[in-house]
Amino acid sequence: MTIQATSPSAPRVERPARSSFLNDPDKRGYIIQAVLLVLVVAFIWWLGHNTAQNLQRLHIASGFGFLNERAGFNIGQSLIPYSGDRSYGYALLVGIINTIEVAILGIVIATIVGVLVGVGRLSSNWLIRQLATVYVELFRNIPPLLVIFFWYFGVLAVLPNPRDAINLGLGFSLSNRGLFTPKPIFEHGALYVGIAILVGIVAAWALSRWATARQMRTGQQFPSFWAGLAVIVVLGAASFAATGAPLHFDIPVKTRFNLNGGSQLGPELVSLLLALAIYTASFIAEIVRAGILSVSHGQTEAAYSLGLKVGPTMRKIILPQALRVVIPPLTSEYLNLMKNTSLAVAIGFADLVAVGGSILNQTGQSVEVVLIWMLVYLGLSLIMAVLMNWYNRKMALVER
Amino acid sequence: MSDLQAQTDLFFVRRELATQEAPPAMTVGPAAWVKRNLFSTPGNSILTIIGIALIVLIVPPIINWAFINAVWTGTDRTACIAEGSGACWAFVKAEFAQFIYGRYPDAERWRVNVMFALLLLGLVPMSIPSAPFKRLNVLYLFIVFPVVSYYLLTGGFGLSVVETPLWGGLMLTVVVSYVGIVFSLPAGILLALGRRSAMPAVRFVCTAFIEIVRGIPLITVLFMSSVMLPLFLPQGVNFDKLLRALIGVALFASVYMAETVRGGMQAVPKGQYEGAKAVGLSYWPMMRLIILPQALKLVIPGIVGIFIALFKDTSLVYIIGLFDLLGIVRTNFADPNWASPETPATGLVFAAAVYWVFCFAMSRYSQYVERRLNTGRKR
Repeated sequence: MTIQATSPSAPRVERPARSSFLNDPDKRGYIIQAVLLVLVVAFIWWLGHNTAQNLQRLHIASGFGFLNERAGFNIGQSLIPYSGDRSYGYALLVGIINTIEVAILGIVIATIVGVLVGVGRLSSNWLIRQLATVYVELFRNIPPLLVIFFWYFGVLAVLPNPRDAINLGLGFSLSNRGLFTPKPIFEHGALYVGIAILVGIVAAWALSRWATARQMRTGQQFPSFWAGLAVIVVLGAASFAATGAPLHFDIPVKTRFNLNGGSQLGPELVSLLLALAIYTASFIAEIVRAGILSVSHGQTEAAYSLGLKVGPTMRKIILPQALRVVIPPLTSEYLNLMKNTSLAVAIGFADLVAVGGSILNQTGQSVEVVLIWMLVYLGLSLIMAVLMNWYNRKMALVER
Repeated sequence: MSDLQAQTDLFFVRRELATQEAPPAMTVGPAAWVKRNLFSTPGNSILTIIGIALIVLIVPPIINWAFINAVWTGTDRTACIAEGSGACWAFVKAEFAQFIYGRYPDAERWRVNVMFALLLLGLVPMSIPSAPFKRLNVLYLFIVFPVVSYYLLTGGFGLSVVETPLWGGLMLTVVVSYVGIVFSLPAGILLALGRRSAMPAVRFVCTAFIEIVRGIPLITVLFMSSVMLPLFLPQGVNFDKLLRALIGVALFASVYMAETVRGGMQAVPKGQYEGAKAVGLSYWPMMRLIILPQALKLVIPGIVGIFIALFKDTSLVYIIGLFDLLGIVRTNFADPNWASPETPATGLVFAAAVYWVFCFAMSRYSQYVERRLNTGRKR
């Protein structure tokens, strides 16, 4: 069919008249399309008509007016202040933020684990290779929802009470109320440290630009990575000391029944995050492995024969070429993870679907809620796809 | 001659081979293997030690939990609540029939077994490449088997009626994923054809449908089919809950199938299309006889991949209130008769093992097919 699709741009050739009207592919095409469009429109109209009638019968008002009404339900974990007195619209916003939070954290963890395991599958170390293989084969064949349940009901729920929480060191502790972490508290002056670090980052970036340009011109190398890191650390540390150390950590302290202070990641969030990251990492590992394998071994040998060491060979020769193969499937894995955050509803983590579900049950505004779900997920997918495509284009092979 | 004899008497000439020296100790045998594969460089040695530490940290507790401290017999929770007891396999043993059949009536469970047997009867010859009658086999798997199983499971023809809310366990998982597969393959092919059609209206409708469904999670599709479908239909028309879930799963699977099939169609060289047209084939014969056989063969691994994903995704029907394998395990470990700290983990590990066996078998089969097809394309 692509052949036909390209033909309109080609010069129009005068065709001989067909024997019958029905045998002319062009005219037949118009008829088929017209029929299809009429059917689709009629189908949608029929659905809309039925829905309107059913809603009227059930006395459910349509429209988005319900978004301003009082929500009334509580949300366990929220990044922005929330109470049951807020509106449905605000509750949905909390849900969207929670979804995005889980998606971003999950993508970061899954990428780190996935890359490590993927490289491990190609390691020259037999033991590491076997371990990585077991990881991948084990976790990609188990439904993520089951893994979520496993962490939530099988592991976290049977952990000790916060009173006897398992101490992980550095103020982190794990109990059946989730993961307690120290909470950074910024005092007056922390802003200046932030600014100093930002300045350091800009300076490091400029330094690396200058170093690259100089290497292009003269061939002399400059350790721009370490120098840049030093600039950032020195600027940060100096301003930290100068403003009088404006940061301390609020470490959770055991009281009689609970842990006080610090910040708390609820068991729902922890199990959701762990399960999604572990599951997606097994797919990312396979993608990374395929990407590295796709770079022919001749590239490595050529790099070695030019005198590059193992590190620079990996960084400058293998990885940039592997990335081109890796990015498109990686994008779809990220999208899958983002969509899988909706499994949160099964353990009551207040993501977009869970909040929407509560609203749907309370108000019966199913059409509107489903529409909001679709729009938000499609929007998030679109944003992520645009970002990843931009990165893909940046990394793509520049051919002459 | 004697001259030569005299010479060889004078000089030493070796007449037999020297006995072979053993190779250096560090190049053969287990020690060499360990050195080469585990301790070739300092970095590798560190990795090996980390690996061993991981194994020591993870494996013994799991073995302790699953075997040594496990509770194998018992009739209720009292067996499993002892301090320090491991996996509560007694729970799995007691509820095993439920995990397989759900709440399907005891007396009628043979019908489910017959369904499983009929399924195997079709699947086994289908998956052996050299088995004959492939066309009949496809017909059996896609038409005869679904129709027969429908009557077998729901009732009719003298069999008592079994309501779908009683269905559950592994049987429901198989039913949902099988319906998804049987529906999604033809629907996916049609959608893929539509998306590659030359007619803009057809292309637009198919593309919009595929992209919208692909952009949202399965749960929202399931919610939509369970909450919105009753609203969409005229008053009085009412669908079974299971049927609503099946519609959602089938729609969802078919758009992924469509994208996979489209990939295969794009991989068929343009010359095949042109050749088909040159011999005077019109659209449908061209697709049926030339393009689709090649395209589908190319994407068999992708199709099996979708089956695997679908099999895992069926676990989500629990969220809209159906009790598939995961759902029934989930409800059973909340049962006060069996509630103990170890029951959830035990039940879930059992379910995970079942899912794993199915998915791993499918993925191995897909790798086998891929290798088999590759040999044909190697030059």
